[in-house]
Amino acid sequence: MTRPRTAPLPLPIVALAVAAVCFFALPLIGLLWRAPWSHAWTYLSDDATATALRLSLVCSLWAMVLSVVFGVPLAWLLARAQIPGRGVLRALCTLSMVIPPVVGGVALFFSLGRRGLVGQYLDRWFDIRLPYTTAGVVVAQTFVSMPFLVITVEAALRQMDTRFEDAARTMGAAPGYTLRRVTLPTIRPALIAGAVLAWARALGEFGATIMFAGNFPGTTQTLPLSVYLSLESRPEAAIIQALILVAISFAVLIGLRDRWLGAGPATAQVVR
Amino acid sequence: MNNATTGLEARIGLTVGSLSIDVGIDVAPGELLAILGPNGAGKTTVLRAIAGLSPIDHGQIRIDDSVVDDPAHGRFVGPEARRVGMVFQDYLLFPKMSVLDNVAFGLRATGISRSVANQRAAALLDDVGLGDYASGRPSALSGGQAQRVALARAVAGRPRVLLLDEPLAALDVRTRAEMRRELRRHLDSFDGMRVLVTHDSIDAFALADRVAIIDQGATVQVGTLAEVTSHPRSRYVADLVGLNLIAGEVSDGHLCTADGTVVVVADAASGPSYAVIRPHSIALTSAVPIGSSARNVWAGTVSEIDRLGGRARVRLDGQLTLTAEITLAALDELALRPGDEVFAAAKATDIEVYPA
Repeated sequence: MTRPRTAPLPLPIVALAVAAVCFFALPLIGLLWRAPWSHAWTYLSDDATATALRLSLVCSLWAMVLSVVFGVPLAWLLARAQIPGRGVLRALCTLSMVIPPVVGGVALFFSLGRRGLVGQYLDRWFDIRLPYTTAGVVVAQTFVSMPFLVITVEAALRQMDTRFEDAARTMGAAPGYTLRRVTLPTIRPALIAGAVLAWARALGEFGATIMFAGNFPGTTQTLPLSVYLSLESRPEAAIIQALILVAISFAVLIGLRDRWLGAGPATAQVVR
Repeated sequence: MNNATTGLEARIGLTVGSLSIDVGIDVAPGELLAILGPNGAGKTTVLRAIAGLSPIDHGQIRIDDSVVDDPAHGRFVGPEARRVGMVFQDYLLFPKMSVLDNVAFGLRATGISRSVANQRAAALLDDVGLGDYASGRPSALSGGQAQRVALARAVAGRPRVLLLDEPLAALDVRTRAEMRRELRRHLDSFDGMRVLVTHDSIDAFALADRVAIIDQGATVQVGTLAEVTSHPRSRYVADLVGLNLIAGEVSDGHLCTADGTVVVVADAASGPSYAVIRPHSIALTSAVPIGSSARNVWAGTVSEIDRLGGRARVRLDGQLTLTAEITLAALDELALRPGDEVFAAAKATDIEVYPA
């Protein structure tokens, strides 16, 4: 333990902060209070729960990978390229973070659905159908979660001292080599934080998934969807599934908090 | 173009923010040119233009027989292809790489295998006396050590031109003299062209063959050190570099010149050195000063009086050739004319000593 080095906070501020902590802790306690602890194992090992959990993990990890593969170049473009209308472009690419996910799901349906603007050709020419498939879940999740990575990485690229890249180039390093050995290692904390945020958002994704991919056990019914549906028929199972989601997210946040999420102003902007 | 063309020739025209830069510099093979000027004069931009990090708007930059920047003819060679090494002001060692990887970076970037690159980098680190630090992180180095690593890293690819941006500015004032001596030794071992930017005239004296003085984006005077120190062409240059430089052998707080004149100095150095006396630290009196704190008094004859701005620079011949700078009021009071006998006095604490 170290001695507190800051001045004592004014009482009203402490009171409000404590109220805020309670506001977040209370729902969690509510869940724990109602959880059917005596049968917990039955629900945990239940096939439906296991299937939904596995699907959730697989889809959210894919969504994270796609967010990194496409999001890092997008962040680089937004941070470094001299392009007109950059503000509009950034708003467009982060819109899905703000609009209701259900609206996003509908929009995906009209663009990538079987009769959609592009979807009809995917179907006709390539025999690719996204709606109501596991791939559709990944698309919906990527759509809402990639902006979290983009804004985190873009902020880091903006804050980075570009003279390190200058130094690399004077030593004969081509732009690609400089990116790989200087730029990416420098923004690594932000890249990891952004990827985790995107993954966590994908794991909890509900609205866009149910609109675009439907709710089929085994192919598109992720854990959040399963919680919603079980609530009427098997409320005790729903609580256990909800607790699983809470536990995973909580563990990840605690595990990464000090190392990455608290790693600097690059992430502070995102958590709003 | 003549294939035998060698040297660096840069006519740099470019605008950065509100500063419009128009500077011409030439560097002969093997020469070390210092660009001297105050902060904000555009010195760093000149280096960046030569390195290819700031493309010029007009002019031309030629390194040996290749034109690397010529906007009028649409020619621009990127920094990675110019074979120019640069030591940045705060060194910019990559913090997440080991010291060895920093030095090997350029070699690996240009396709040399890891083992060969590491071997060469290790040899370069040995050259600057830092072989033991190879596996450590740059954050474990002192300022002077970081500077040497930055230097080793910049010369690893055998550049045609080595650029140094204020290499001593980031260092502790107390260790600067020592670091300057060390830097000089390392710079001497690099036989290519070198351009060094500094705001400190002592750095220029200690390290350079020739100096280009720039102010507000323009070249004010270029020449050898002897030329600019003895004949500053403006008040500004006089303030910056119009210094008295006395060569001799230092021992026990005395500098002894070749003809036996003794200068009392307040410095613990020893061996062949220069004593630097700023002209405004020299007081002139018409009789031998009595009860003065000045440890040095030399007799001399006024040979020249220059009025620059509101002051007069008085040149004296005698035991030492000195320039003193006094106000016009003092000049009137002493009623000095060329040929007059005067005494020049300087406090030992006003004399800087650096090794030759």
